[in-house]
Amino acid sequence: MEKVMSNKLVIALYVLPSLLLIMGIIYMPIVLTGYYGLNEWNGIGKMTFIGLENYKHLIQDSTFWSSAFHSFELALFSGISLIGYLLIALVLSGKIKGANLLRKIYLIPMLLSSVAIAQLWMKIYHPTNGVLNTLLMSLGVDNPPAWLAEPSIVLLALFVPIIWQYAGFYILIYYAALKNIPESLMEAARIDGANPWQIATRIKLPLMSEVIKVTIVLSVVGSLKYFDLIYVMTDGGPNGASEVMASYMYHKAFRSFDFGYGSAIGFFLLLVCLVATYLIRKATASKETIQYS
Amino acid sequence: MSKNKVTQGLLLTLVLMLVLAGCGGKNNNATNAANGGNTPATDATAEQKVTINMMHLWPAGVSAQQNKLVNQIIDQYQTDHPNVTIKEEVLDNEQYKNKLKVLSASNELPDVGITWAAGFMEPYVKGGLFAPIDDIKDGALLKDKFVAGTTEAYAIDGKTYALPIELNISPIYYNKAIFEKYNLQAPTTYTEFKEVVKTLSENGIAPIALGNKDRWTGSLWYMYLADRIAGNDTLKNAIAGSGTFDDPGLVQAATEIQTLVEMNGFNKGFNGLSNDEGKAEFMNEKAGMYLMGTWELPNFTTNPDIPQEFKDKVGFFKFPTVENGKGNINSWVGGPGVGLFVAENSKVKEEAKAFMEYFVSKWGEDSVTTAGVIPATKVDTTKTELPQLYVDLLNELNNASSITLFADVQMKPSAAQVHLDMIQALFGKAVTPEQFATKHKEAIEKGN
Repeated sequence: MEKVMSNKLVIALYVLPSLLLIMGIIYMPIVLTGYYGLNEWNGIGKMTFIGLENYKHLIQDSTFWSSAFHSFELALFSGISLIGYLLIALVLSGKIKGANLLRKIYLIPMLLSSVAIAQLWMKIYHPTNGVLNTLLMSLGVDNPPAWLAEPSIVLLALFVPIIWQYAGFYILIYYAALKNIPESLMEAARIDGANPWQIATRIKLPLMSEVIKVTIVLSVVGSLKYFDLIYVMTDGGPNGASEVMASYMYHKAFRSFDFGYGSAIGFFLLLVCLVATYLIRKATASKETIQYS
Repeated sequence: MSKNKVTQGLLLTLVLMLVLAGCGGKNNNATNAANGGNTPATDATAEQKVTINMMHLWPAGVSAQQNKLVNQIIDQYQTDHPNVTIKEEVLDNEQYKNKLKVLSASNELPDVGITWAAGFMEPYVKGGLFAPIDDIKDGALLKDKFVAGTTEAYAIDGKTYALPIELNISPIYYNKAIFEKYNLQAPTTYTEFKEVVKTLSENGIAPIALGNKDRWTGSLWYMYLADRIAGNDTLKNAIAGSGTFDDPGLVQAATEIQTLVEMNGFNKGFNGLSNDEGKAEFMNEKAGMYLMGTWELPNFTTNPDIPQEFKDKVGFFKFPTVENGKGNINSWVGGPGVGLFVAENSKVKEEAKAFMEYFVSKWGEDSVTTAGVIPATKVDTTKTELPQLYVDLLNELNNASSITLFADVQMKPSAAQVHLDMIQALFGKAVTPEQFATKHKEAIEKGN
């Protein structure tokens, strides 16, 4: 058996199908997108090769930079909210009453499709009939904001459901990681007189560090390419106030028929995500691996 | 059963309910999504089985009457042609536009689909995706049936690529009961109109229902003001590029939009609401007026889901004239609405064309009575009893001095996009009327 597995031909045979699939489904489109970005193309007619024109335009495009800035804000915001998720997971993993029920409650948003969530929150944010404004008005606020129509607050109004949507996912990851830590370690610490805070910061967090790194990458990259709720709830509006990189790419490619430019944005987005992943990996790299025993 | 089980059961039910609620209203979306081709029969002896894919934008929920009519026509056609199956895919307006572009990028258009006129369809035609259909236009069923000037909007370089099925003008619908309550008359001049806006706003009623997330809705208001202030040709020329958006009349129209916004003329949060949500303000009688194309007529006349009590309250008036303006009160924003196209690379092109010919002619006959929409083919109003609102608007259409095609349809896609973005910015007071003009000028000059 061992001999068969070390046969180069056999290895190739096993690896090839999935390699071809990944090449065709993931890497080919990336290369093609990069290539389209070098062309002027309306998506239907002839392509004209224009070299780096689209990328030059991209660098001078203020709308693109404001949408990129919005994406970074979202990344920062979700990065910070990870702390909240972590705290919730820490509490839930302790022996508190109703932890089971709470865990399920946090998980529910994850089971809904983005569009359903968007519809739900659009109802909540409705300027006159929405739950939120009705509540505010009954509390005596005369003129509550129209959440999705005011450029200064629309972004924040969108961040809330996005955070809400992913809460369950991250809490679940953290919870699983916490449950993986042997109870004996905590017991030993307790005998030594450690309080819950010390147990959390000295034992639990260091042991979870790998998982935390992964979630940081996931949430930052996920935020940079975020699209769905924003597309459904505001379509990047009003007046571009909630435009993010992915929605701007979509608008350029599919609304303005500028596939070349849209592809250039898409390729740029890919680079940004790669760089972000690399930087986070660098920044969080630890010299020693912490282990249980 | 332990307490835990009960909680779990309850939660599961809740989740299921939420999921089901999220899935509701989508049952119409057939699974033939990106399936542009057909399934040719293997049986060569019998008449060949043909499947025609049709994509349209009348979901049963928001366009009940049109949806009913489409299904009626399809059923009849399938009965008459047992070998033909017509598969429908239904999307709502904005989603439809998006999907059409995605499908065309991968060259998988439905066999028969819906398009808008002029600038909207140009890239598709230039890209060779729509089949020329002059033979059907001048064929036995449809020759001389179209209202003059309607098919021209679908012709590019002398060939017709789609056939219109609607002809629309856009009146301002208003709630007669609300107007009566505050002693208001349907205004004929802009000064009177502003008085109406002021009175309603002071009484805590949103004067105008508007969902400007979709942006073409706000464009209607700008187009009318431009027409009434600067005159019909000025706007047309500016869009065509022979004139300019710097024209003082056009800039003034943009200024008036912002004046209306400052007067609280539109319902709260309009820039964050879709057209359907904006319309709901009018339908729920929370807003006094609503400017929209005559495709909304069914909701005010024939749609059985809307209470008669509300329908009786709906009246309309023409967009008022502006003092010292160059516009004529009988000039309308509108034009042929949507039309049908046949995909050039459809595998069942001939069958699709035959179906389309049937569809357009049948729509012309039945749309009046079944759906209460105005077709692009000539209407004989003597035969049937029609709702008064419908007859009145049909008469207005016959008296129209000019019909200006919707700006976003007239313009080429990227300029149209700038126009729509600028409309939202203008309503949101994020640009000055001068910047509004400059951006338009730049976009039109860029020319694609």
